Order: sequence, then structure tokens, then C-alpha cells
Amino acid sequence: MASVFEYAPAPESRSVVDIAPSYGLFIDGEFVEAADGRVFKTVSPSSEEVLSEIAQAGEADVDRAVKAARRAFQKWSALPGSERAKYLFRIARIIQERSRELAVLETLDNGKPIKETRDADLPLVAAHFFYYAGWADKLDHAGFGANPRPLGVAGQVIPWNFPLLMLAWKIAPALATGNTVVLKPAETTPLSALFFADICRQAGLPKGVVNILPGYGDTGAALVEHPDVNKVAFTGSTAVGKAIARQVAGSHKKVTLELGGKGANIVFDDAPIDQAVEGIVQGIFFNQGQVCCAGSRLLVQESIHDELLDSLKRRLSTLRLGDPLDKNTDIGAINSQEQLSRITSLVEQGEAEGAERWSPECELPSAGYWFAPTLFTNVTQAHTVARDEIFGPVLSVLTFRTPDEAVAKANNSAYGLSAGIWTEKGSRILAVANKLRAGVIWSNTFNKFDPTSPFGGYKESGFGREGGRHGLEAYLDV
Amino acid sequence: MSEKPKNTEKSEQQRLGVFKTYKLYVGGKFPRSESGRVYEVTDSKNNWLANAPLSSRKDARDAVVAARKAFGGWSGATAYNRGQILYRIAEMLEGRRDQFVREVADAEGLSKAKAATVVDAAIDRWVWYAGWTDKIAQVVGGANPVAGPYFNLSSPEPTGVVTVLAPQESSFLGLVSVIAPVIATGNTVIVIASEKSPLPALSLGEVLATSDLPGGVVNILSGRTAEIAAPLAAHQDVNAIDLAGAGTDDGLAKELEIAAADNLKRVLRPQPVDYSAAPGIDRLTAFLETKTVWHPTGSLGASGSAY
Repeated sequence: MASVFEYAPAPESRSVVDIAPSYGLFIDGEFVEAADGRVFKTVSPSSEEVLSEIAQAGEADVDRAVKAARRAFQKWSALPGSERAKYLFRIARIIQERSRELAVLETLDNGKPIKETRDADLPLVAAHFFYYAGWADKLDHAGFGANPRPLGVAGQVIPWNFPLLMLAWKIAPALATGNTVVLKPAETTPLSALFFADICRQAGLPKGVVNILPGYGDTGAALVEHPDVNKVAFTGSTAVGKAIARQVAGSHKKVTLELGGKGANIVFDDAPIDQAVEGIVQGIFFNQGQVCCAGSRLLVQESIHDELLDSLKRRLSTLRLGDPLDKNTDIGAINSQEQLSRITSLVEQGEAEGAERWSPECELPSAGYWFAPTLFTNVTQAHTVARDEIFGPVLSVLTFRTPDEAVAKANNSAYGLSAGIWTEKGSRILAVANKLRAGVIWSNTFNKFDPTSPFGGYKESGFGREGGRHGLEAYLDV
Repeated sequence: MSEKPKNTEKSEQQRLGVFKTYKLYVGGKFPRSESGRVYEVTDSKNNWLANAPLSSRKDARDAVVAARKAFGGWSGATAYNRGQILYRIAEMLEGRRDQFVREVADAEGLSKAKAATVVDAAIDRWVWYAGWTDKIAQVVGGANPVAGPYFNLSSPEPTGVVTVLAPQESSFLGLVSVIAPVIATGNTVIVIASEKSPLPALSLGEVLATSDLPGGVVNILSGRTAEIAAPLAAHQDVNAIDLAGAGTDDGLAKELEIAAADNLKRVLRPQPVDYSAAPGIDRLTAFLETKTVWHPTGSLGASGSAY
């Protein structure tokens, strides 16, 4: 569809961020080489440009970092909560000050639009540190009894879809409660965690309290396995989550897992259609659909199916895909070649199984990893695209007739992370929300996050909650 | 086996006592084990007490079906209603106090007086948890002050069907201490009774059946803990497992935890517990999920309206 109004390019400047040609591991307050000298490259998914060369942590480095964190734990956990709080407040403020730089960096390394890093990721990152800073000296009042104790060294493994936000979700509550941290960022997005190391130095955080070990899955496995790690926190795929649950079996390690999802977004016939369409778009195309709580299954009441699909397709035709640094871009690049292949193969499977595929007319850039926003109609519950997490900009549309059927279909999933409800009827919202087996329910909105609000899944979407008062529990001996 | 069955009352020489056939409690009914097997249960001095059902993995699977079927109704009941029923269990137990004192004394080799203390504590524990059903949401849930025009609430919800390996040593107080919190919050449960001392657990089934508790909410199996626990830990329709009764066997606990990882069951690892001490709310919260529900709010103040 030819656009009435053409947009002029509006790129955000890269000059605000200074990426070094190489980075080390951050252990005990210093950047160091990997013990075996291994390195890997991180590329920009939108251009395939090599951004930097990163030291790759091995087992020896994991051991070194855990030892540093253990040493630091003695003093850090003994600090008065009010002092720990001040360090976290400092970090929150420095993040706010450097948020433009970090937003551009995150967009370069991850491929997501600057609009999202600037307006969603970074404000939330700062807010998480600010929120948990305030808990550090109030733990006696958190409802876990008087004087709850930290666990010790936390081994944390985070994904590539929200690199800095996931770091904040993990590190802020860990430090507030008096734990020390060894964190492994994803191999495709290590940069913002290394910049965070620099923020820790600016904030004067004691050495060893935060350690950052870039690496691949084996680095994460070594960290989870390390006998001197007291707490394991993981966000990522359900398959890896299950492997971790087996790894820690029989140990005393406390574990929280934030895993996959196949969120149902339920639209009733009395929903405000335009708002619902915006919510559907927000639900599945935010961050290119690379969101564990994405509303990837659209359940539409049969009577409004055609009307809603027309509106949705019209809306999708206006989405702008391209340079993530352009401030008008809605859909950026897929994070990696590997992820793009996975999305592509699942979508091909969807077509092969007989679901009907549709995408708006959409020109994909020649370099980088891209996938056009995609709809599947004629989808049944048995289809792979209705069951498996695709983790990409792919929406499967199913229908229902009654609220009971909507609930049954929504709950027909091994996952239970998120769901959405669109209706003007308050009692229906409450009744349906009550019956859905999911940890986060958005009514007449979708994909909203806040540091005060617990987030986490039922069933195979993992266990434990992050955010809010509940998020403290994972890092306390309770 | 001893020469003289203990159940024969010495004071009633002229009358032969009536033995009880101990049965499982599954789906509100009292079946024998599907396997047709039993095993001998003895008291602390090795005197024969009864033949208890030796449950099979089929019994375990039947219990899961019953527990799942009961989950919707039980989790959907009002907290007030669940509280009433838990209190009713205490009432029924109080009426059968003497029977349980005798069974606990036999099972654990306690004096009558000590067994009475244990049974009283178990009755009081039902009362304690009866009072929690309509308070736990207020204590662990809440409204979150979101930085934006949204209203959101976090509420606890039962995680689903829970398998409990009852403590091996504390055959009644320990048993009650692990069942009551699980059902107080709306879960349904499959309990594997103490392997050596299952009789108080099987008798508890009779109490539960007369306490307005819907069938299937609590299912009680007796037999070999390791044998029954294995298929339950691996069962795809079980949401959580409490490994209390695997406490003396680290190998078993680890094996079950690995099996439980397959569908990411919530696992409560074995830990040393003094069941006579105040229980706290740890076992209530261990089998709860937190659901956070968001809704936009209109911002009246933003339009300039005054209060």
C-alpha cells in the first residue's frame, strides 16, 4: 500500500556511544582477559557490522568470579541496608544520566528500535534500581520476618531480548538484599552489561559485588553448576530452564526460572476495536515479538473476526520496518541469524500444516536479520504455530464463541506466563482473569511492566516472581 | 508377626474384637489397591497391627485424575467455605480423638499421654489453617503502585495438583502439617502416607470423608514411598511436589527432583522440621502462584477536575 505521507529518515546519532574494539570480563572490579584467551565477536543484527570483540568466560573464569563474589559477600552483606541503598540509588541515577548512550548501545547490539530502548527499556532499567534501592533498608518490613538474610553468591543468566532490563531485574533485588552477583549476559548482546560494569565503577560499588562474564551456554552451565553459588536465577528458554532444574536437583541452591510463553490475547465482541488492535500490535510486535510474555495467540470472538482482522491488517500495513536507530522505526531487526532461522522454519511449518500466512507489503533491508510482521489465520489449537513459542513477529489467530471456550483455549498450553483480555464489561474481565492460568493478565492493555509489579509464570513458564515485594523472596533465606 | 494380635482387647475376654480393613482414600471413595497387594504394618515393638494397601503406580495415576477433577471446584470455592470445611475436619477429629490417640501411640511407640499431645496438636493445626484460608491473600497479595495510569493487583492462587510425601517419622502431626496448608490455599493433593506407619493417615481418610470435604481434594495412598513417588514426580498433570517424606533418603529426593523438572513442577525440598513448633506460613506460600492483573485507569486529575 502506497503511503500518503512519506517519512524522511530520522536517525538517532551514534556518536553518543563509544564502543571499544575489545572488552574483557569484569571480575573483582577489573576488566580482565579470559583465562584461556578465548574471544568472540558481537555484531549489530541490523547491519551485521562487527561491533566489538569480547572475552569469552570459561570454567576457570567462572571460578575466579565466584571467588571474588564470595569474598565481596562478607562485607557487602554486612553493610547497613541504608548504605547498600545509597549505592543502588547512585546506580539508578547514573543510568538515568547515561540513558541516551545506553539506549543507542542497546539498539546497536540488539537490533531493537531506538523508540523502544529509549522509551521502554532504559526508563524501566533505572526504575528497577530505584525501586529496589528503597527496599535495601526496609527488609525487616517486607513480610518475610525480622532480619531476613541474603543467600550469598547469586549466579544469574540472562537472555538477549532485553539485555539491560533483564540485568536490572536480576541485579537490583540481589544487591538490595545483600547478595553478590556473577552475571552472564547472552552471547549476542554482551555490550550493555559491560557498560553496566563501568557504571558500577562510577558508582564506587565495592569490588567483586558485581561480576560480568560474557559467554555462551557452556559458561552459563558452569556458573549454574558451581558449588559455591547459592542462588541461580535464569531467564530464557523453557528447554534450558528444565536443564537447569535438573542441574540444581538435590542441591541447596535456591532457583528461580523465567521461561517461555505462548500468551493468549482474548478479544470479546464488545471490545473497543481500535484500542484492541493497538493492544494486539503492542502484544506481538513489541521488540519484534521476541518477548516471553508476547500475546502470540490471538483469540477473537467469532462474530467480530472479520472486522477485527480487517482493522488489524490495515494497521500492520502502516508499521515501519527498518533501521532500528531511526526514531520512526516500529520494527527492528531479529537478534541473530540463529533466531531468524528458527522463526523462518516455524513459519514454514505453519504454512505446511495448512494455516494461512499473511504479511503486509514490506521491503526488507539487504543486510542484517529481518522478518516481516506476519499473521496466521485458519489456525487450530493443534497447529505448531498455536502451540510452540516462536519468539518472533508472528501472530496466530484463533476464534471462540463463548467466554468458557475462550478460557479453555487460552489455558490449553504448557505455558502460563501472560494473557490479555479485551472487553468493556468489567465483570467479564474479572471472571475471565480469575480463570486464566497465567502469571500476568493485562486487561484492555498489553505488555506493560513496572518494577513494583510481580512478573512470572505458571506451569512450564517457570517459577518465582520478579519485581515488587515478591521479587525479594528469591534472594532471601526465607 | 507377633503371636497375639494387639487389637484384641484384653478386658473383653469373652468377645472377639472386630479388625478394620484399612483402605486407600481416592476421589472420596475407599478403594483397595488396584494391585491387590497389602503389606504388614507393625507397631514400634514389631507387633502386627494390620495389613495396609500396598499402592501401585496405577493407584497413583487414579489419584491424580481424582485430584485434577476436584481442583476446579475446590480452588473455585470461596475462601470462607474452605475455612469452614477445614474447621469441620477439626470438629470430626475431636470426636474421634481417642481412636487417633490409640493409633498414634501404636504407630510411634508413644505413651498414651504423649500421643494425646500429638493428636491435640494435629487438631489444633487444622484450626490454625482453617483461619488462614481467607487471610493469606491479604497477607501475600496486594495492590502495586504502578508508575502510570494503570491499576494492578497481585493475588495468590493455588498452583494445582500437589503430590506430598508425608513425613516418615511423624505419622499424624507431620501428616496433618503437610496436608492442611496445601488444601487451605485451594490446591488438591495426593498424599503418600508414612511407609512404616500409614494407619493414622488411612484413618484420617475416614475423617475427611465425613467433613464436607469434596471427594478428590485429598487422596491418601499407602505403600512404598519410593515406588509410588516416582510416577507422581514424573506425572505431567501434577504441578508441585513436597519431598518432606524423602528427607532421610537424599538419593531419592534428588532423583524425584530431577523427574519433577520435566514439567517444571514446584518442588519443596526436604528440610528438618519440628512439627510440634509453630508452623508459620512457609508451607502455605510454597504452593501458591502470584497472578498480577492490570487494567488502565482513566486519569481524572489530569483533566483538571477538582475534588
